[in-house]
Amino acid sequence: MTPRTAVDTAAGVRSGSLRAADVLEEHLARVASREAEIHAFNLVTQDAARARAADIDRRVAAGEDLGPLAGVTIALKDNLCTRGVPTTCSSRILEGWKPPYDASVVERLAAAGAVFVGKTNLDEFAMGSSTENSAFGPTRNPLDTSRVPGGSSGGSAAAVAADFATVAIGSDTGGSIRQPAALCGVVGVKPTYGAVSRYGLIAFASSLDQIGPFTHTVEDAALLMEVISGHDARDSTSIPQPAMQLRQELGKGVEGLRIGRITDLPAGADPGIMARLDAAFAALEAQGASIVDVQVPAFTYGLTAYYLVAPAEASSNLARYDGVRFGMRVEAPDTNAMYSATRAAGFGDEVKRRIMIGTYALSAGYFDAYYGKALKIRRLIANDFAAAYAKADVLLTPTSPTVAFELGSKGDNPLAMYLCDTYTIPTNLVGHPAMSVPFGTAELGLPAGVQIMAPTLGEPVMFRVAAALEEAAK
Amino acid sequence: MSVHITRADVAKVAKLARLNMSEADLDRYTEQLAKMLDHFEDIDALDLSGVEPMSQPFPLVNVMRPDVEQPTLDRDEVLAMAPAAEQHRFRVPPILGIDL
Repeated sequence: MTPRTAVDTAAGVRSGSLRAADVLEEHLARVASREAEIHAFNLVTQDAARARAADIDRRVAAGEDLGPLAGVTIALKDNLCTRGVPTTCSSRILEGWKPPYDASVVERLAAAGAVFVGKTNLDEFAMGSSTENSAFGPTRNPLDTSRVPGGSSGGSAAAVAADFATVAIGSDTGGSIRQPAALCGVVGVKPTYGAVSRYGLIAFASSLDQIGPFTHTVEDAALLMEVISGHDARDSTSIPQPAMQLRQELGKGVEGLRIGRITDLPAGADPGIMARLDAAFAALEAQGASIVDVQVPAFTYGLTAYYLVAPAEASSNLARYDGVRFGMRVEAPDTNAMYSATRAAGFGDEVKRRIMIGTYALSAGYFDAYYGKALKIRRLIANDFAAAYAKADVLLTPTSPTVAFELGSKGDNPLAMYLCDTYTIPTNLVGHPAMSVPFGTAELGLPAGVQIMAPTLGEPVMFRVAAALEEAAK
Repeated sequence: MSVHITRADVAKVAKLARLNMSEADLDRYTEQLAKMLDHFEDIDALDLSGVEPMSQPFPLVNVMRPDVEQPTLDRDEVLAMAPAAEQHRFRVPPILGIDL
């Protein structure tokens, strides 16, 4: 079997001891045997991947140096634009659409030598926490196929967990990378807002969305961050600084670091999950870190603020799906009738619900009471975090309040699903980085994730702690 | 604030959002949106006077690029993906003489 990590795969391919074509075939063979059951992908691009892998092997043989991801197989969430390759957001409204350009992240991964194996399933337009809200059917958790992989980047998490690809890319608006990473037992990173270009990421909530990696190891996550981060002039919210250098942080240990425990964290996590969090604190303390108690009182209002801000931004962003420039159209006698018929037929239930709540929150008479108030709560949360980070270098929480749950178990209750994101949402509201690291198992022997949160551009210290937790979990 | 969203409110919002809805849809969304708004009442008790709203997490202002020519998207490639195109433009149903 070829290596399981991107670091080892690229080293092998670059040195000529491993062929990109063999790496790819091994992954495609696993896709062939299990994809019907898992449904991680909306599209497997095996022909393009084979041509790409063969090209990489030819270039290595010719003495070319192919970059830090040479021959590494990567799965892309299907809300990242890929030129000429269908990009659906798991929505009927974009079915069959082929973007006329590549996302910046896709360009950077390609330039680093990556081999794209396909586009992964998601909750429609990234709205959901289980990948059940896909127009093309749910994705199943490779560790227990009666259960969800989490969401919205469930296809990307499942693709890594099932070894369909060595690494994957997702997007995180309220936990959509970290929560599925936790439920599938892999590493998932939401970078600082603006650290990774969003150019070519189909927008859900523009002030919250951020692209990040899924990997088996913390080192692979650091490597992926080094490739995809750094300023991009095509994203006006891109932070003007060069790519992060994170692998150099991994061996530094946690001695002297202050690890914050949020004493007023909202309750509701299962006992097994909380036990793993306690174990994580103990492991870091044993490695020389100190545990400090902090309070983040506004944390608990994150859910409400998020479910006003995100739908408000989404209702505006999704106005572009009107049957004029791309995707499907339902013909009608005039434009307004055409827009309304197209959108009614093209969007799924959860997307409509969020457009409705967002439109309501922004409408005359309710703006101040809902959207305006949510923006003030966002400030309160930022202030509380700032006070906490004066005492602590990082904060630790559970990633998800539960282990992977059964398909259909949240029923038709949107609020029950929204509670999955209680611990992940606040960092999106304030733009901080956070990541989930697998840390043993909880209820039913299923994986538990610990979330490490850090202040703006605190990725270096966040990765130090992640590496220490990964080591302790071995 | 304890607002009770009505079926008429939902119908109005659906019109604003350009979403056709059946009578059954309106019933369902009225019930679901009311539940969500009830949940959002947890913020009613907060004193937010004097708190500065935060609309984005990493404020960069006046982001400009150099005023130089750059390649644009390929027109034919873009139009090929449209539901209808004619004479190098997007084709739409009539927009004049209708009741908005």
